Amino acid sequence: MERRKRRESISNSNLLFLISLVIFVAMYTVGFFRFPTSFRNLQTFVDFFNNNAPLIILTCGMSVVMIGGGIDISVGGVTGLVTMCCAVFLNGRAGSVAGSIFLALGIGLAFGALQGFLVSYLHIQPFIITLAGMFLANGLLTVIHKDPINAALPAFLKLREADIKIQWLGTVNRLGNFIPLRISYCMIIALVVVTVIAVLMKWSRFGRNLYATGGNSQSALMLGINVKRTKFFSYVLCGLLSGVAGYVFIMQTGAGNVGNASGFEMKAIASSIIGGTLLTGGVGNMIGSPIGALSLLVINEIIRSAGINSNYQAIISGLLLCVFIVLQSLVVWIRGKGSPTLPPWLQFKRDSR
Amino acid sequence: MPNDIVLEMRGICKAFPGVRALQDVDFTLRRGEIHALMGENGAGKSTLIKTLTGVYQKDSGQIDIEGRRTAFRSPHEAQANGVGTVYQEIMLCPNLSVAENMFIGREKGVFVSWREMNRRAGIILDGLSIPARPTQQLRSCSLAVQQMIAIARAVDMQCKILILDEPTSSLDEDEVQKLFALMRELKERGVGIIFVTHFLDQVYQVSDRITVLRNGELVGEYEAEKLPQVELVSKMMGKELGDVEKLKNLKEAAEDGGTPVFEAESLSSAAGVRPYDFHIQKGEVNGFTGLLGSGRSESVRAIFAADKVTGGNVRINGKRIRIRKPKDAMKRGIGYLPEDRKGDGLIADLSVRENIVLALQTMHGFFRPFSLKKARAFADEYIALLNIKTPSSDTPVHSLSGGNQQKVILARWLLIHPEYLILDEPTRGIDVGTKVEIQRLVLKLASEGVSVTFISSEIEEMLRTCSRLIVMRDRNIVGELSGEDMTQSKIMHTIAGEVTQNA
Repeated sequence: MERRKRRESISNSNLLFLISLVIFVAMYTVGFFRFPTSFRNLQTFVDFFNNNAPLIILTCGMSVVMIGGGIDISVGGVTGLVTMCCAVFLNGRAGSVAGSIFLALGIGLAFGALQGFLVSYLHIQPFIITLAGMFLANGLLTVIHKDPINAALPAFLKLREADIKIQWLGTVNRLGNFIPLRISYCMIIALVVVTVIAVLMKWSRFGRNLYATGGNSQSALMLGINVKRTKFFSYVLCGLLSGVAGYVFIMQTGAGNVGNASGFEMKAIASSIIGGTLLTGGVGNMIGSPIGALSLLVINEIIRSAGINSNYQAIISGLLLCVFIVLQSLVVWIRGKGSPTLPPWLQFKRDSR
Repeated sequence: MPNDIVLEMRGICKAFPGVRALQDVDFTLRRGEIHALMGENGAGKSTLIKTLTGVYQKDSGQIDIEGRRTAFRSPHEAQANGVGTVYQEIMLCPNLSVAENMFIGREKGVFVSWREMNRRAGIILDGLSIPARPTQQLRSCSLAVQQMIAIARAVDMQCKILILDEPTSSLDEDEVQKLFALMRELKERGVGIIFVTHFLDQVYQVSDRITVLRNGELVGEYEAEKLPQVELVSKMMGKELGDVEKLKNLKEAAEDGGTPVFEAESLSSAAGVRPYDFHIQKGEVNGFTGLLGSGRSESVRAIFAADKVTGGNVRINGKRIRIRKPKDAMKRGIGYLPEDRKGDGLIADLSVRENIVLALQTMHGFFRPFSLKKARAFADEYIALLNIKTPSSDTPVHSLSGGNQQKVILARWLLIHPEYLILDEPTRGIDVGTKVEIQRLVLKLASEGVSVTFISSEIEEMLRTCSRLIVMRDRNIVGELSGEDMTQSKIMHTIAGEVTQNA
């Protein structure tokens, strides 16, 4: 059979992913040349992962739900709740590392399953339900313990300290001492999560069904997909990842605190969107999500390095998000069903067969 | 040969609250035939299809597929048993690739093998010569190709019966031909195809057999070759050709000449109206006629800009103007009584008075409300004039009868003293007495110099009130009749699109 060698028109998911990748690389390049002391340092790059693993994990969960056409704003609250519960548990008489891991995942799963059930099977607005979930999680967090509490279990402290030093990739600091590259367990967990979720969304039946559901749930139903179950599991997965993120959070900070991970749900949404996930569902790339999160962090880092008042970080992040949303809707609008009002130079080449 | 029959539906009945959608309908489909299911909107075509595919459960009757009694509980189950359906709105996911759309929802196992899926999709697409690549995004395909992909999916699921529900309504002529080629190909393979449509020309291009429904009842099953187009129309409308009543035309033809009150030149709208020309004189009553779904409502909606106008020029009293939204039309003295009384017309929870004053209030500006006294005076005047039966002008409008509700909307438009009034099915679903009242009112308005466009499904009514009829078929104007030419048989011949002989 003769192979047609025409280039495929790129899918929206991949196009938006490319855009976010370009933005990320551009941002990093700016940092690289403008602030060489920090950005030229490999450790800085790795630290983006080391220090922001919870956000990256949450962004993955958020993207999954958003691809399915939903939203979950309880993730920040659940993450915070998990840190506090784990801290209390680890300091308790029965405290153990394995137990705390189960506790973290259990809390995440419970929230995900409950919210998923309400959203998918009882058809309640996901925004409202997860808002309620967020309040619930925040409330529980303060009820369990009001003050910051340090997890002091020795086994846990050992886990916290554990990291991997790569001797052949280190950097030489200003004093001329060689410091090996440090990779924390948090980063590894984050990378594993990203990989697993990316594979799941690309190659599993669940992932493809979720894309279909988010794209057009009515069609998905007619195509024989169990839409309710698919949506349900997207929330369960997101909840589970909130649990993971919570545990990673406490591995970093070592403490349960009322303010832990507050506002992370919004950061996760922002990162997902910058990473190329559409709020309308059905479009998104799972590699884009962590890149979206990193873009946000790199911008903040640049602003910090430039010595600008940290208040501007929020403003600039906000503006960036704005630009992204406009860019995305523009792209989708342009590539949507033929828009004759657009000048030809703005129109993407469409398949005209 | 009885062996040839793949589907046999006998005595199907289905009722919805207040409506008997299907009454004792029979339908037979043979292997390798294209069987058109025809009827006006609301004739029961869709209901019949949905009882077959398990969207609805039939009240009584039996369905045999290849001799086996069946009763599907869901479209999914029907699909699994060889009944594939392709709907008017394409039920695929535009954000997925072509191959995915063909296989999603029917793979087994946890993981998806892209290579295998693309390979199999390629074979199917090539086999049916569908111009699409498996890895292509569905959204980048034309509507016709998407339609074909939906069909390919159904075919790959080993369907014995393929239902195409209005598949051509959003396709252009070229694409329709491609679709027909595919349908013929499938016919060769022995698939029984049910082709639901109201496009008359297309039926004759592909169908072997035609079943006609009307008002939920079976009119008959015919071989396409033996049923002339005009007879098909008369069967769909339920009018015998020979039965040409002489109806007295109450309205004298309006004197020609002078500038028309309203003139449109290649007007078109986003609702799918092909560009058309139209004009109406002062004091004239004209009508749009055609089968339900032929585009008559859409045409008048374009005049009022109720749908987005996409092209054309409009002149009022010879002056060129632009009407971009209904309010523009209202300002120029155009009133429009919509077909869908409940959806587009009334605000059910507001009182009769508020509903009547609404249009005038819009033109007056919402920030300069009428005093209660004034509004009440307006309302009472028109309640008396139109003889609206309501306890008071404060009664919520939803508690009125259909005929009186219609009069309320009519009052709303009369209150702005329009020069040109468009009435879309003003007499549907209302009692005979009120019907006659409305017809009289239309003629009275015309004699006072108001131009009226009147649409009705009842040809008698149109003949009684209109002095000129514009005939539509498949969203095009196909003829204009006036004076002596306005007879039932002429109208039907024009709708059918045959050369009009003397009837």
